[in-house]
Amino acid sequence: MYDYADFDDHFVRTRTAQFRKQVERRISGALTEDEFKPLRLMNGVYLQLHAYMLRVAIPYGSVNPDQMRQLAYLADKFDKGYGHFTTRQNIQYNWPTLSDIPDMLDALADVQMHAIQTSGNTIRNVTADHFAGAAADEIEDPRPTAELIRQWSTDHPEFQFLPRKFKLAVTGSPEDRAVTKAHDVGIRIVKRDGEVGYQIIVGGGLGRTPVVGQVLNEFLPRADLLPYLEAIVAVYNVLGRRDNKYKARIKITTMENGIEKIRELVDAKFAQTRPLFSGVDQEHFARIQASFPQPEFKSADTGAYDAAYATDPGFRSFADTNLDVHRDDQHAIVTISIKAHGETPGDATSEQMRVMADLAESIGYSDLRISHEQNVILPHVHKSDLPKLYATLRAHGLATANAGLISDIIACPGMDYCALATARAIPVAQNIATRFDELKLEHDIGPIKLKISGCINACGHHHLGHIGILGLDRAGVENYQITLGGDGGADTVIGKRTGPGFAYDQIVPAIERILLAYLDLRDTAEETFLEAYRRLGDAPFKAALYPEGAAGGKSHAA
Amino acid sequence: MARPFTPKVVTANELISGDVIYLAVDGSWVRELCMALVLSTQEDADARLFEAETQPHIAVGAYLADVKAGATGPEPTHFREAFRAKGPSNRVHGKQERTEEVPAHV
Repeated sequence: MYDYADFDDHFVRTRTAQFRKQVERRISGALTEDEFKPLRLMNGVYLQLHAYMLRVAIPYGSVNPDQMRQLAYLADKFDKGYGHFTTRQNIQYNWPTLSDIPDMLDALADVQMHAIQTSGNTIRNVTADHFAGAAADEIEDPRPTAELIRQWSTDHPEFQFLPRKFKLAVTGSPEDRAVTKAHDVGIRIVKRDGEVGYQIIVGGGLGRTPVVGQVLNEFLPRADLLPYLEAIVAVYNVLGRRDNKYKARIKITTMENGIEKIRELVDAKFAQTRPLFSGVDQEHFARIQASFPQPEFKSADTGAYDAAYATDPGFRSFADTNLDVHRDDQHAIVTISIKAHGETPGDATSEQMRVMADLAESIGYSDLRISHEQNVILPHVHKSDLPKLYATLRAHGLATANAGLISDIIACPGMDYCALATARAIPVAQNIATRFDELKLEHDIGPIKLKISGCINACGHHHLGHIGILGLDRAGVENYQITLGGDGGADTVIGKRTGPGFAYDQIVPAIERILLAYLDLRDTAEETFLEAYRRLGDAPFKAALYPEGAAGGKSHAA
Repeated sequence: MARPFTPKVVTANELISGDVIYLAVDGSWVRELCMALVLSTQEDADARLFEAETQPHIAVGAYLADVKAGATGPEPTHFREAFRAKGPSNRVHGKQERTEEVPAHV
């Protein structure tokens, strides 16, 4: 993976030293909160419901074992022994004190990590496919492109005060695991006539106005990437609305002006930016690309895997559910579920982090990924090592065989932590996972994406859930709206709201009714929930969801 | 006729720890809602909020939160304030895990 040059190290350490002084000045009273707030946000420090929160970037979701151990160290030394992996490939610490945060940032700099631009109206952490470099269907590893963008966007002088935050995602596979169409700019690595380039998607986003991104450029030559991105963000910086924060994202700019107008302005700006890029960026890109070599995959007998698969039902279930096809047929991509039934989605203890780091080091080519689905991925594991891996994971509560199933829920922190939330999300996820574990139905139900947000900002991607849940405050009580049919895959579909919402104690039974209906309605056991929904439409599911009075007196069709 | 005034407390987050704090009757800050000063007129509430805002070295983001009278002091009327007063519901962290080592007064 990319190794910091002296420049990167100096930049991150200088920023941390500046922030240490800023914190000192805030505590001494030399800075007011109004003066300090933009400075702390630039360094990933939020003030949440109960405490400060530090959001650390995990660029394109990649961490090495030493970095993962350092994240565990931070959890023990400065927090409560755990960290929370988020839907944007970050990790959040929920309980640091303000005076400790400069030490945390120093400790992160020691392992080439930072919290810069994880908040504020800037270009945020660049995300990518968590199977990068391992997926069988990949055109090219998206991480070098994401790293190039990270370096270009970090502290970019023109883009520190954008109208709103700006999120980019990169995928190198046609099967889009990076949700590129729900980002301000999505970048898909494509191939045309043997040449690798980029399809550029613009104006996607979730939040209160969910919009599927549109193609701005079908094929951008590789060398044009940075000047083209610079043109897009420069156009947005001027055109994006600053009078209303709810209309400030580029998705609204694109809707209000039309994709043709945006394209015209970007092309005009690109004519100016292109000559400014002399090709140095491409030489640098080549160096970055060289720092992401494919591991030298070992070749060995896979008999141990076959034997364990044949004899150990627990291992078989794990293998069937949590492994994905690797480009090397002796290897597998392993999803380590951070979603044990009843636990908080995305929370890993420091001990679990160390176990995963050790496994990555011993049998995973020292590579770990954080997925936007709040799990940890070991992208390269030889099949002969899988039984040992499973046994170790199992001993540490990390072997839950539920990847892609009903209990593999994305949930934002919600009202339990977040100052913006309108309802809780975590306990809803815990209760759904616990309930379906009790029913022993989740493997029967099969592949499904359930996503929960605790407010309309949609950090839990509920719009893209095959089943989405949105928690709201309705007249002082928590109320949960359901959407059906969303999908974050290559096509990207926004889910459709079913109708009135449900009270906190009614949301789990409501989800249960939908899924029992699905089991009755599906053609075959192979027809997934989403396929059944697409075949049948929402009517039979709504009929199951709303038997007379099911939403109770708390429902409001907002 | 004017709507009846809902009693309020002044609440904020403590500068260093970020912990939820409340203004007490003697002008100090306390960590437990039950120890907070209850304000029963708009004038009092505005005056005490102003007082809180002059203490940025202790309190961040002070505002007025609705309360109702309870057996042991003020209680929250809204679930958001209930979570602030107690801590998250997925882990026994925050005020609900508070040990006696943490003084009640800020």
